[in-house]
Amino acid sequence: MAYDTIITFCDGTRCMHTQGRALQAVLEQELERCQIKDRVKITLSGCLGMCDKGPIMVVNPGYTIYGNLQESDIPEIVAEHIVKGNPVSRLVIQEDHLYNRFFRIFGDAKFFGKQMRIALRNCGIIDPENIDDYLALNGYEALAKVLTEMSPTEVIAEVKKSGLRGRGGAGFPTGLKWQFTAEQEGPDKFVICNADEGDPGAFMDRSAIEGDPHTVLEGMAIAGYAIGAKKGVIYIRAEYPLAIDRLYKAINQARKYNLLGDNILEAGFDFDIEIRLGAGAFVCGEETALIHSIQGARGMPRPRPPYPSVSGLFGKPTLINNVETWANIPVIMLDGAEWFSTIGTEKSKGTKVFALAGKVVNTGLVEVPMGTTLRQIVYDIGGGIPGNKKLKAIQTGGPSGGCLPEDYLDTPVDYESLAAAGSIMGSGGMIVIDEASCMVDIAKFFLEFTQNESCGKCTPCREGTKRMYEILERITAGEGRDGDIEKLERLGNMIKKSSLCGLGQSAPNPVLSTIKNFREEYEEHIREKKCRAGVCKELIGYSVNDNCIGCGACKKACPVGAITGKTKSKHEIDAEKCIKCGMCIATCKFDAIIKA
Amino acid sequence: MQTIEAGKIEELREFIATILKSDYGDSNLISVLHKTQELFGYLPREVMDEIAQRMSLPTAHIWGVATFYHYFNLTAPGKYVISICLGTACYVKGAAEILTVIEQELGIKVGETTEDKLFSLQPARCLGACGLAPVVMINDKIYGDLTTVKIKKLIMDFRKSEQHK
Ligand SMILES: Cc1cc2nc3c(=O)[nH]c(=O)nc-3n(C[C@H](O)[C@H](O)[C@H](O)COP(=O)(O)O)c2cc1C
Ligand code: FES
Repeated sequence: MAYDTIITFCDGTRCMHTQGRALQAVLEQELERCQIKDRVKITLSGCLGMCDKGPIMVVNPGYTIYGNLQESDIPEIVAEHIVKGNPVSRLVIQEDHLYNRFFRIFGDAKFFGKQMRIALRNCGIIDPENIDDYLALNGYEALAKVLTEMSPTEVIAEVKKSGLRGRGGAGFPTGLKWQFTAEQEGPDKFVICNADEGDPGAFMDRSAIEGDPHTVLEGMAIAGYAIGAKKGVIYIRAEYPLAIDRLYKAINQARKYNLLGDNILEAGFDFDIEIRLGAGAFVCGEETALIHSIQGARGMPRPRPPYPSVSGLFGKPTLINNVETWANIPVIMLDGAEWFSTIGTEKSKGTKVFALAGKVVNTGLVEVPMGTTLRQIVYDIGGGIPGNKKLKAIQTGGPSGGCLPEDYLDTPVDYESLAAAGSIMGSGGMIVIDEASCMVDIAKFFLEFTQNESCGKCTPCREGTKRMYEILERITAGEGRDGDIEKLERLGNMIKKSSLCGLGQSAPNPVLSTIKNFREEYEEHIREKKCRAGVCKELIGYSVNDNCIGCGACKKACPVGAITGKTKSKHEIDAEKCIKCGMCIATCKFDAIIKA
Repeated sequence: MQTIEAGKIEELREFIATILKSDYGDSNLISVLHKTQELFGYLPREVMDEIAQRMSLPTAHIWGVATFYHYFNLTAPGKYVISICLGTACYVKGAAEILTVIEQELGIKVGETTEDKLFSLQPARCLGACGLAPVVMINDKIYGDLTTVKIKKLIMDFRKSEQHK
């Protein structure tokens, strides 16, 4: 029996959490009741990127997106839309029109209006666990085209011409990397997909794989053909069980269809892919450390050269690219380098996926053409800052990146402009920070992470980041001294210059960029022992104001018994006992507790 | 090896034997450690000796690898493993305060297990649910949009459900 309607539920973490699964059950019941179950196919998709409107459900044909759904909405949708064909407009997410051909499939939603989906083109559209879905949307056609119509040299030339640069952070031209690896002699070469995703506030690669695992496999197979490798390895974090599961399924399906394995598509090309798990070490995202980890050792980086393209996995020439880089390859092969290079800016071609989060209304994945400004991302796509708060900074590049203040909102996102502004493109984390955050504390947060993750091999990174962290701890504890800022700058620059790998070379960035852009906050902490955001606990005290009606709620909530007072009279907080956990503030209904 | 079940050891041996036969099989130490943790919940010292023998590696090397990676536990975890997300999005939305409350409630620090073996507290870096920040994951379930009040209640609920058993 053929289906005439396909209903897709977003299976991302957020939507599942907001009862997506329960909705699915109600829908199934309702279809059963109306006896139209055979006409409708229900599928799941990876994160659609509209996390704040979850649970999300998409009805095709028609590309109608329903959001903020409740179980009680389902019968109406079934009766009106599925049976009679009239979408229930009250529940549809519908705003500005979309302009891109890839959008046909995404429906009309403002969230997508400034976006352009290339790497994520299939995410949310296809059932990631079904290869036929991928095949139906030109899946593996690029591989077929490459194997039958193009020579390896032509493939590499095409990638070079597209202007694609690595999406893992450094932005190295992908075509050049392919060429270097292809130029190496020898039958044993490797292709690696870096899915370690170390940035502690980002989930682009995870969602890309969960939503469309085959595009990564296809990209890797194309590279295998181009550089003469027979074996691919996907290195993925163990913390991503769903993504791992979908990769295994995808690999098995591709093998069955002879799209991986021996003599692929009868074209005399052999290529297979293996999965290796990471085990929670940020430095393993660095390519030489990653290789050590696959070889079963501690993930310590080594000096380059030789680069992996010359001597990589098991000493063989190895091509390493990021998940998102791979996801772009099939599109470049099918639609051509010429088309691809029309998107973006002069030096940064194509699109970039960001995981937009923090103090912003719409959180989720966004994919925008390079050259889109930060303002467009945060305000037009992200919907601005919730609760009438003021934007303080935008953090990109995670622990290797920097914080840009409001003046930089019109910076276009491309590799050069972000670097010039004092941050980096990074792998795609983008965190919006408002006045409630203290910039010294944010810098300390990132440094705590990097000094913890430093593998310990080189001294500047191992000792230097620790010393910087200690200084920051002192400053946030109200024991900062004159000269601390200068010391941080000196140390930071030294660590950048003398560390062995990218971890140390970029670890001081969050500190240096916050000093550059928010120096006055550092000075306040040091000279006035003041934290304007009320975050640094040692610099603030909790007290009760006259709003207090003596209800006693805070007294009950306080985990350490620091609050005293008779019922119906103003309570008091014992500063000695108070651990500044914020529980009383969260409990008080009368705004009677203040931190200052 | 009082607590180590023979059946599980046998399964691990088979796993190692199979994996050693694949290309570059001896590079699979980390996969073997993952399998071990899946079977036992952590990496018992005795099992490391077993792996050392089967894979012809010094136990010291295995220990070195196991301690390098955060994912591996060297002691048995509690019944409920609370992973508090300390990713950037959660941090910006107040994860530090949530952490203070959990530590206060359980009387342990990150990386520790309560004496009654009920709760372990682990740090996590971005659980991919930034839209729900701040979040914790307790065993396999995500709890989001937390406040200091909600997390305290959550822990109390877990405690209560244990007492009823
Ligand atoms: C400390 C550190 C962490 C890194 N983490 C990642 C990561 O999680 N994912 C990634 O793709 N690249 C990461 N990289 C970059 C890789 O070393 C490498 O440049 C990249 O995988 C190459 O792929 P690309 O050219 O497609 O970007 C990291 C680099 C450093 C120095
Ligand atoms: S930062 Fe906590 S879920 Fe992403």
